Amino acid sequence: MQVQVLSARFDIPDANKIEIAKEHGAYATLDKVFAMQPEEIIEVVKASGLRGRGGAGFPTGLKWSFLPKNIDKPVYLAVNSDESEPATFKDRFILVRDPHMLIEGIIICCYAIKSHAAYIYIRGEYTTQVKVLQAAIDEAYAAGYLGDSVAGHDYKLDVTVHRGAGAYVCGEETALLESIEGRKGQPRSKPPFPAVEGLYGCPTIINNVQSIASLPFILTNGADAYKAYGTEKSPGTHLFGISGLVKKPGMYELPLGLPLLEVIDKVAGGVRDGRTLKGVIPGGSSTPVLTPEEAQTVTLDYESMAAHKTMFGSGGIVVLDDTVDMVKLVENLIYFYHHESCGQCTPCREGLGWMLKIVRKIIRGEGTTADIDLLTELCDNIEMKTVCVLSAACTMSTRSYLNKFRHEFEAYVAGGAPAQAAM
Amino acid sequence: MSDRSQLIETGKPFIFDAQRDAEFERLVKRYPTRESMILPSLWLVQEQEGWISAEAMAYIADRIGTFPSMVYEAATFYTMYNLQPKGKYHICVCRTLSCYLLGKQEIVDYLKQELGIKPGEVSADGQFSLEEVECLGHCGSAPVVQVNGEFYEDMNVAKLKELLATLK
Repeated sequence: MQVQVLSARFDIPDANKIEIAKEHGAYATLDKVFAMQPEEIIEVVKASGLRGRGGAGFPTGLKWSFLPKNIDKPVYLAVNSDESEPATFKDRFILVRDPHMLIEGIIICCYAIKSHAAYIYIRGEYTTQVKVLQAAIDEAYAAGYLGDSVAGHDYKLDVTVHRGAGAYVCGEETALLESIEGRKGQPRSKPPFPAVEGLYGCPTIINNVQSIASLPFILTNGADAYKAYGTEKSPGTHLFGISGLVKKPGMYELPLGLPLLEVIDKVAGGVRDGRTLKGVIPGGSSTPVLTPEEAQTVTLDYESMAAHKTMFGSGGIVVLDDTVDMVKLVENLIYFYHHESCGQCTPCREGLGWMLKIVRKIIRGEGTTADIDLLTELCDNIEMKTVCVLSAACTMSTRSYLNKFRHEFEAYVAGGAPAQAAM
Repeated sequence: MSDRSQLIETGKPFIFDAQRDAEFERLVKRYPTRESMILPSLWLVQEQEGWISAEAMAYIADRIGTFPSMVYEAATFYTMYNLQPKGKYHICVCRTLSCYLLGKQEIVDYLKQELGIKPGEVSADGQFSLEEVECLGHCGSAPVVQVNGEFYEDMNVAKLKELLATLK
């Protein structure tokens, strides 16, 4: 089931070093790229069907085409390497195992969108990872792939690493821009959208690390080669992170469209011996949980996830077995989102704290049925009433547990934890 | 959330060392506005001193040519900036989702008992500080612990015991 498109150099020792990466094809597509017009590159990316791998799944080529024509301002690229959504750990492999694939992708993107400055926004916790990435960028400058004349062509490009410092919200694209500009990460109201007015008030494209890292393959092999993987509407491959209560957790590159349960069983080894599946979080902590029954018909693509009223998200799959206490799991998640609220919007800042208090009251055995209903009501009153979707990430997931595992909340209300929950 | 509003004065002026000074000058050319140097500068201070004092913030504001409130705003918002000294070994335990499912609490409980401190505290001898942090992006090898930025994956109490022995 596994494929090696993005991960082709992951297992080669020292592939983070430029000589080794070049021996295995890094930067080889640049001459072809510079022989093309920027607009032609955008067309190839559009034709490949590549969709944003940060979570939203918006078509990458289409996003680029939103840049205003004939602009007299600089255009910026911000590469989103914040990777902070719980259960997401895919971009880290690109940063450490094949940073030159990312740099090559940045060159392709910047040339296509006519940008001469890219910022890689990397989460502050990635301390060892940022060193590997910076070393690769330094190598790329020394080898002439970055700087005043990229690969000997009349094209200038600077790539700068900008470190975050522990704020999940900075993965939201406008909070990320605020953070690069030196302010606290509070998302901006849209419109204006970043493609029109982004970094420093200039047109800006924000793309996820994996989206950018997919470009060298697409430009080298063509849109059709990329579309040979995946489904018609969700083409390509994805670095899936499988974690939780499963035998072989890890990062696996797979084409989109495979059956979820088959992947959990055959690729990740299935649930631990003697355990049964209780639920699956399909694409990061904010995506609504699936019951085992629902999971049976889900495939790993944007359309199937939407049809099952959940989301593909970041491809971070969490396997939950029968030992999991869903009420306590919800407490863990609400705490996360409450802690990470930037404080700008009242429904999020106050509402998530209120939700946390209620779920803790239920866990203490002091809750009532009215409290369970109040949680649902709060979800409805917080969602989509804020500048960004951080609070919705919390309420959408919380609501799914309330709807699908309500009996566990009710068991706490009736007295004590559910019997099957050993944790 | 812990109170991040209090600044500590050292009573001594702060200045970048030669290495950080050079890095500041390299980076400042990369941004069209000097305010973009606020986060990088706070990191440079923390690398140099381990934490960020009131004097260091004043120095950054002066060096960049911005309002001290801008620097204060960023330093207090971003939780990785240490506003007081940490232990020689700063231990972070991931508390979110996959690490939670795979037993982060046993690790936190063991560290609390072994080091005699709660998350957010520094040991009396200044050797250790402990913190529970949000998802560290190592869910496939949970639970994960970070010591002075180095990641330790697939942790359990036995492995933690061995690790602590090498730190003392």
